[in-house]
Amino acid sequence: MFDNLSEKLDSVFKKLRGHGVLSEDNIKQTMREVRLALLEADVNFRVVKEFVATVRERAVGQEVLKSLNPAQQVIKVVRDELGRLMGEGEENSLDLAARPPVAIMLCGLQGAGKTTSCAKLALQLRRQKRNPLLVPADIYRPAAIDQLKTLGKQLDIAVFDSQPDRDPVLICEEAQRYAELNGYDTLILDTAGRLHIDEQLMAELVRIKDSLQPREILLVADAMTGQDAVNVAETFNAQLEISGVILTKLDGDARGGAALSIRAVTGKPIKLVGMGEKLDALEVFHPDRMAQRILGMGDVLSLIEKA
Amino acid sequence: AKTQASLVGRIDALLSSSQSIDEDLMEELEEVLVTADFGMQTTMGLMQSLEERISAGEAADPQALRGLLKDEIRQRLRLEAAPLDLESSTPYVIMVVGVNGVGKTTTIGKLAHQFVSQGKTVLLGAGDTFRAAAAEQLTVWGERAGVEVIRQESGSDPAAVAFDAAKAAVARKADVLILDTAGRLHTKVNLMEELKKIRRVLDREIPGAPHETLLVVDATTGQNALVQARLFQEAVEVSGLALTKLDGTARGGMLVAIGNELGLPVRYVGIGEGMEDLRPFDPDLFVEALFEQQG
Ligand SMILES: Nc1nc2c(ncn2[C@@H]2O[C@H](COP(=O)(O)OP(=O)(O)OP(=O)(O)O)[C@@H](O)[C@H]2O)c(=O)[nH]1
Ligand SMILES: Nc1nc2c(ncn2[C@@H]2O[C@H](COP(=O)(O)OP(=O)(O)OP(=O)(O)O)[C@@H](O)[C@H]2O)c(=O)[nH]1
Ligand SMILES: [Mg+2]
Ligand SMILES: [Mg+2]
Repeated sequence: MFDNLSEKLDSVFKKLRGHGVLSEDNIKQTMREVRLALLEADVNFRVVKEFVATVRERAVGQEVLKSLNPAQQVIKVVRDELGRLMGEGEENSLDLAARPPVAIMLCGLQGAGKTTSCAKLALQLRRQKRNPLLVPADIYRPAAIDQLKTLGKQLDIAVFDSQPDRDPVLICEEAQRYAELNGYDTLILDTAGRLHIDEQLMAELVRIKDSLQPREILLVADAMTGQDAVNVAETFNAQLEISGVILTKLDGDARGGAALSIRAVTGKPIKLVGMGEKLDALEVFHPDRMAQRILGMGDVLSLIEKA
Repeated sequence: AKTQASLVGRIDALLSSSQSIDEDLMEELEEVLVTADFGMQTTMGLMQSLEERISAGEAADPQALRGLLKDEIRQRLRLEAAPLDLESSTPYVIMVVGVNGVGKTTTIGKLAHQFVSQGKTVLLGAGDTFRAAAAEQLTVWGERAGVEVIRQESGSDPAAVAFDAAKAAVARKADVLILDTAGRLHTKVNLMEELKKIRRVLDREIPGAPHETLLVVDATTGQNALVQARLFQEAVEVSGLALTKLDGTARGGMLVAIGNELGLPVRYVGIGEGMEDLRPFDPDLFVEALFEQQG
C-alpha cells in the first residue's frame, strides 16, 4: 500500500510519462488510483465518483489523445478539477454588510469546535475594528455558557448574560436588543451541538434563523470527519441554507477530504479554518492548499512541470 | 432523509435485489463498506476475502454473501473484549484520552453513573486544566452521577491534579478513579509527553495505575481514527476504546481497522448525550447495524 496520494500519484504519473500517447486504458488505470487515493483521504464516495467521471470525460476527449504531451494534460485536468471543486478563485470572505447589529450563527455537530470558533471569530472581528457580542445559546451541554464566558473573559470581549433555563431563541432575541442598546455591531451566536437527524433541535436553529436573520450561517465541521460529512452538510444546508463553512482541527494530520465533500454537496464556500486550540488560530481558507493537502501532493505542480 | 436511510439498508436491499453474484454487485458492496468508513485497506481486504470464498463455492447466491461478510468483519474485530475487572485493584484507575471534542468528559460522566449504580464508590479527577470550563463541565457530570470531583484551578499542572486525585482516591478508599484529560491531537508531541507524565504520576501513587487507558474515538471520524489509535497506543499504552456518537448516521467502520491492526478491544459505545447513553460494545449488534434498515 502507498502511504499517501503523493507517492501514489507520483508512481501513476511516472507510468504516464513513459507513454507517448494516452490510451483509454492508461486513463482508466490512472483514474483507478486517483479514486482510491481520494477515498483514502475521506473524500465522500459519491463526490469521488463524480470527480473521476468528470476528469475521465475530459481526459478521454480527442484533444488529449492527439496532443503532444498527453500525460501533462491529464495531470492538469486532475489538478484543475480539484481546484475548481474546492472553490478556487471564488469569493470566500465573511459578508457582514448589513445594518448592525449583524448576526453570525455557528452551528454543527457535537464537539466540532463551535464555541471555540465563536471566540476566535470575535477576536478576529475586533481586530477589524468591529465590536462583537458573544451570545451563548447552548443551554444543553453542561457548562457550555461558562465555557463561552471564560473565553470572552480571556479575550476581554463581551458575552451576553444567559441562563440554561431560557429558551435559546429568546436568548438570541434578547441579545439582539441588548446589542442595539449597547452599541455592539456584531452578534456571534454559539448554538448547541446537535445531530443533523435531530428534528427538534434542527427546528430550533430554524427558529433562531427566522427571528434573527443572521447574515452568515456557518457550519462548523471537523476536518477529521469521514464519509458522513456529506449527510451532515447536506442536511444542515437544506434546513438552514448555510452561507459557508468553518473547517476546524486542521492543525492535525487528517487529509481533510471532508472539505471537498462538503464543498461539493453544498456548493457553499469554506470561509475559515481552525488551526489550533489557541484563540488566534483561525485563518482564511486557501482552496489550492486544501486541494494539495487532500491529495497529499505539494509536489504535484512540479510533476506537471516535469511531465 | 434520503441519504440517512440509504447507507444502512443498502446491503440488504442490494443482496435481495441481485439475481447473481456479479461484478456490479461486488462493486456496490464495496461502496457500502467505503461509505461506512471502513477505509480502503480494510474494504479491499474484505472484498478479497469475499471473492476467495465465493471462488471456493461458499456463496451460491447473493443472500449467502451476507453471512460471509458478517463473518469476515467479525474476524477482524476483537470479539473477546473482556469487561473491566474493577475488582483487580482498589482503587481501579481509568485514564481517559483522545483528540479534541470526541466525548471524553461526557463518557466519564456516563461511566461514573454506571459504576455508581453498580454500587461502586467513584471519584473523578478533572485532569483537563486547559479547555475553558472543562472542570465545570466535569463537575456538572459529577453532580448528576452523585460523585466527587477532584479539581484544581484552571491552568494548573494536570499531573498535579492526577497526583491529588490518586491521593484522594486512596484516602477515601474509592473503588474507581476516573481521570479526565484535555483533548489533544496525537500529532502534538509535547502534549503527548504530558500524558506520559500523568501516567507516571498515577503509577507512582498507585502501583499499576492506570489499570485501563481508555481511548475515546468519535464515530464520525474517518481514516484519521486509525492514526489516532496508533499514536495514542504508542504513547500511553491504550488498553481499550470507547466509540461515541453512534446515534448519528456515521457507522464507525474505522473500528474494524483499529481492531484488526492494533488489536484494541472496543469496550463501550456512546449513543447520546444523556447519562444512560452508554452501552457495552456488542460486535454482533455492530455488524448487524450495517445490514439493518434504518429510519
Ligand atoms: N486542535 C484543535 N482543536 C480545536 C480546534 N477548534 C476547536 N478545538 C477543540 O475542540 C474541542 C471542542 O471544541 P468546542 O468549541 O467546545 O466544540 P463545540 O462544537 O462547541 O462542542 P459542543 O458545544 O459540545 O457541540 C475543544 O477541545 C477545543 O479546544 C482547532 O482548530 N484545532
Ligand atoms: N450525540 C452524541 N453526542 C455526544 C456523545 N458523547 C458526547 N457527545 C457530545 O459531544 C460533545 C463533546 O463532548 P465532550 O465530552 O465535551 O468531549 P471531550 O472529548 O471531553 O472534549 P474536549 O475535552 O474539548 O477534548 C458534547 O456536546 C457532548 O454532549 C454521544 O455518544 N452522542
Ligand atoms: Mg459548544
Ligand atoms: Mg473534555
